[in-house]
Amino acid sequence: MTRHVEVDVAVVGAGPGGLAAIEALTRDRSPHSSTTHPGTIALIDDAPIVGGQIWRARDSRPARETDSYLDLLQHDQVDHLQETLIVDAASGSGESPVLFAVGPTGPVRIVARAIVLATGAMERFLPFPGWTLPGVVGAGGLQALIKGGFDVAGRRLVIAGSGPLLLAVADLARRCGAQVLCLTEQAERHSLLPFARAILVRPGKLWQGLGLGRRLLPVRKRFGTWPIRAVGDERLEHVVLRSSDGRESTVECDLLACGFGLVPRLSLPRLLGCQVEAVGDGALRVVVDDRQRTSVPGVYAIGEATGVGGVDKALVEGRVAGLDAAGKGVDARLMASRDRERRFADALEASFSLRDELRELPTSDTLVCRCEDVPWTELAAARCARDAKLNTRCGMGPCQARVCGPALAFLKGWVPESPRPPLFPTDLQTLTDLYQTETFSEQSPPSNQKVDRAAPV
Amino acid sequence: MPRASADVIVVGAGIVGAFCARALHDSGLDVLVVDGAPPGGGATAACMGHVVVMDDSEAQFALCRRSQLAWDALAGELPQSAEHDDCGTLWIAEDGPQMEAARAKHDYYEQRGVRSEILDARQLEDAEPELRPGLAGALRVPGDSVVYPPAVASWLLRDISVEVGTPAHRVDCDDRSARVRLDDGRSLVAGHVVVAAGVASLDLLDEELRAELPNASIRPRKGHLVITERAMGFCRHQLVELGYLASAHGDPSAPSVAFNLQPRKTGQMLVGSSRQLGTTSPAVEPDIVHQMLERAHHYLPDLGRLQAIRVWCGFRPSTDDHLPYVGPVPGHDRVLLAAGHEGLGITTAPGTAELIAHFVSETATTELEISAYRPSRHGVSRP
Ligand SMILES: Cc1cc2nc3c(=O)[nH]c(=O)nc-3n(C[C@H](O)[C@H](O)[C@H](O)COP(=O)(O)OP(=O)(O)OC[C@H]3O[C@@H](n4cnc5c(N)ncnc54)[C@H](O)[C@@H]3O)c2cc1C
Ligand SMILES: Cc1cc2nc3c(=O)[nH]c(=O)nc-3n(C[C@H](O)[C@H](O)[C@H](O)COP(=O)(O)OP(=O)(O)OC[C@H]3O[C@@H](n4cnc5c(N)ncnc54)[C@H](O)[C@@H]3O)c2cc1C
Repeated sequence: MTRHVEVDVAVVGAGPGGLAAIEALTRDRSPHSSTTHPGTIALIDDAPIVGGQIWRARDSRPARETDSYLDLLQHDQVDHLQETLIVDAASGSGESPVLFAVGPTGPVRIVARAIVLATGAMERFLPFPGWTLPGVVGAGGLQALIKGGFDVAGRRLVIAGSGPLLLAVADLARRCGAQVLCLTEQAERHSLLPFARAILVRPGKLWQGLGLGRRLLPVRKRFGTWPIRAVGDERLEHVVLRSSDGRESTVECDLLACGFGLVPRLSLPRLLGCQVEAVGDGALRVVVDDRQRTSVPGVYAIGEATGVGGVDKALVEGRVAGLDAAGKGVDARLMASRDRERRFADALEASFSLRDELRELPTSDTLVCRCEDVPWTELAAARCARDAKLNTRCGMGPCQARVCGPALAFLKGWVPESPRPPLFPTDLQTLTDLYQTETFSEQSPPSNQKVDRAAPV
Repeated sequence: MPRASADVIVVGAGIVGAFCARALHDSGLDVLVVDGAPPGGGATAACMGHVVVMDDSEAQFALCRRSQLAWDALAGELPQSAEHDDCGTLWIAEDGPQMEAARAKHDYYEQRGVRSEILDARQLEDAEPELRPGLAGALRVPGDSVVYPPAVASWLLRDISVEVGTPAHRVDCDDRSARVRLDDGRSLVAGHVVVAAGVASLDLLDEELRAELPNASIRPRKGHLVITERAMGFCRHQLVELGYLASAHGDPSAPSVAFNLQPRKTGQMLVGSSRQLGTTSPAVEPDIVHQMLERAHHYLPDLGRLQAIRVWCGFRPSTDDHLPYVGPVPGHDRVLLAAGHEGLGITTAPGTAELIAHFVSETATTELEISAYRPSRHGVSRP
């Protein structure tokens, strides 16, 4: 049975951005909100615990940073839909946007006057020979594995790629007993100066709170260095690294964790028709105005979706969007800090910009699309992402080019195609129920009824 | 340096344009194809790719049949990416009256040399165990097949000049040549221009040419499809409900859905389909998809467990008499139309190409009755 929910504002994503939006929305709500269902808010996230990418603690409990928010979620105006994955969305002209989701008890259809998208970022992975060997993992993937209980104690680990995430992964792995042999960053040391400077002028800044600098002192760091090949018979045995001075070196290891920066996760905003723009290295971000409003009326975007910039950017943008969606003013100080965060995001972007040599990483038989087993050579004649898809099936699989899309955007400059529903594989029965039009709709239930989601309406 | 002239320019690299270009090239002409987008990316990429002989009219049957034989002849040469599969069609009858319709279809085919056989309820159950019990039977047409049309289009164009990326703006002609003006202001000149731009085709004709066809129209008829993850063997034939005919040709102004399921060579199941006039919005419409899937569940009770990975829609280029426009614009032999194939363009593209080659090249011939497809049927009535 499909659950129908009608709310004033739906916030998608329970990371820092989404939580900050909830806080702004619930704080002394304006009694004069000119809406049909004043006061009701839904927070939707596919994870079983709140906190998003960063505030997901190791022991399957919310991290302490979320403490102050947990009370808000008990607010009787907030309907917290956990483990609820949004698979489709529609924004009709003049009509309220609709979200189609699948929750623990089945399909949920959410109609909202306004939607705040705080869907975060994902890791960009570039294909190189050997990347599909067991033992080669995404850096963020390894972080998630460790948080989920994967034991790295005593394992020899190489961390390679680009961006501050590598530092966080190195730190976590070390604390969990891994032997971090080296951490290689493709950017040159000097090009990271803007980033370092931005951190210095913004104390308490992202990644820095972790005291990374100090804790990672013992880890061997190499700049201007990147992986070109993972080698092994059945599984990873060693990785070959190349440096900008042309030298190559081989490091024996058990695990290679790679990531080439974060890119905004845009499937939901693009499905809703939000205008996007290029950031650099082929990545796209949602275009927003000074109130975080996207090009689609009633739809806001915040956090990593509008440009990767970390927790503080997500928090301040969440506040701005929440206040605006609640019909409250945004003061100059908040605007100023938002602008600062955006500049920080730009500095981050510029510092870790990917070097041209990485475009030569794949060799002819390197798999690019793993869903459909498409090697690099088959893409040689393609003119754009769509052409490649039509002729080679690249990006046609269940993941909708989530992995190969951002990679090819950098490698070939191909703008990833807009996604199609469902964003995630959904069984046909659920899809049938989800798409059933029902005139009857339910206002979000008060908190005492929240437990029983299964109640048919 | 982009080319500025050719013997023949084909506007549109969908399945129809690709087959036409191939046929013209093979008859020795120098062909240039132009398309605003990558080949095969229009309706050709949005469809089911069922090569099926339909029998709404003699002219439709003849074009389908001729084309199907051409597809069969091509099958051995097609690249793997074309995903050619001769799975055959099962026309499913729910009840007595539909079984009657199946028999009538059988007789029609038999008189015209198309192989088919009637399956009773038991035989149908054996052929497709996932179908619900209680169906009356089916007509099996073993000669029907399935392809992946965009890959076929690219393959057909392999050694032909194709200019991708700049849409055509207008097509016109005089006594000596035909001309394609592009959106970027360039003009391309040729002996003949074949307009195979699907739904957009008539809009590309300049005023003088368009005025020759006052009663012609190509309207977009929207259709939705859903594809699943690999579920090899779930069904083996292309399944179509006989009620489909009522849906395809019922009141065209009301949206309709019919059960249609196709096993792809990849093991995926492609579920269709819907028909809608009066909209040009490319957005997936949830309630139409809902109705379409309900219809499919009605035949395949266990379908619900398969995982859908994509829903999309496309637009069939439809004409009022359900036949394509194939042939010269009346009074202007240098500009030809090859468009308006509605829900059968994949099937009938080879026959269309045969007709076009016949009009353009002195050497090519056709056995098809050309008048039924000529655009002049919707032209200015001349005494
Ligand atoms: C792999 C990875 C690892 C990271 N590690 C660190 C780190 O160690 N330290 C650090 O400081 N920063 C890290 N970051 C950056 C950090 O995520 C951001 O700084 C911060 O979390 C941004 O907050 P946000 O609210 O924009 O998005 P997020 O915190 O990412 O929250 C987005 C939420 O939206 C949910 N969501 C997305 N799509 C859907 C959907 N369709 N349906 C339902 N829910 C959906 C997601 O599950 C997620 O919970 C990491 C980022 C990534 C991608
Ligand atoms: C849901 C659905 C299911 C279908 N199932 C089947 C089936 O099972 N079997 C079957 O036989 N048929 C089927 N069809 C019908 C079939 O898809 C079409 O009849 C066929 O694809 C038409 O081909 P075309 O080349 O005429 O048009 P298109 O494929 O649309 O090609 C037209 C080309 O012209 C280009 N173009 C347009 N405007 C311009 C311009 N101004 N300048 C340059 N180029 C331009 C476009 O980019 C495009 O590439 C189905 C259609 C739909 C929508």
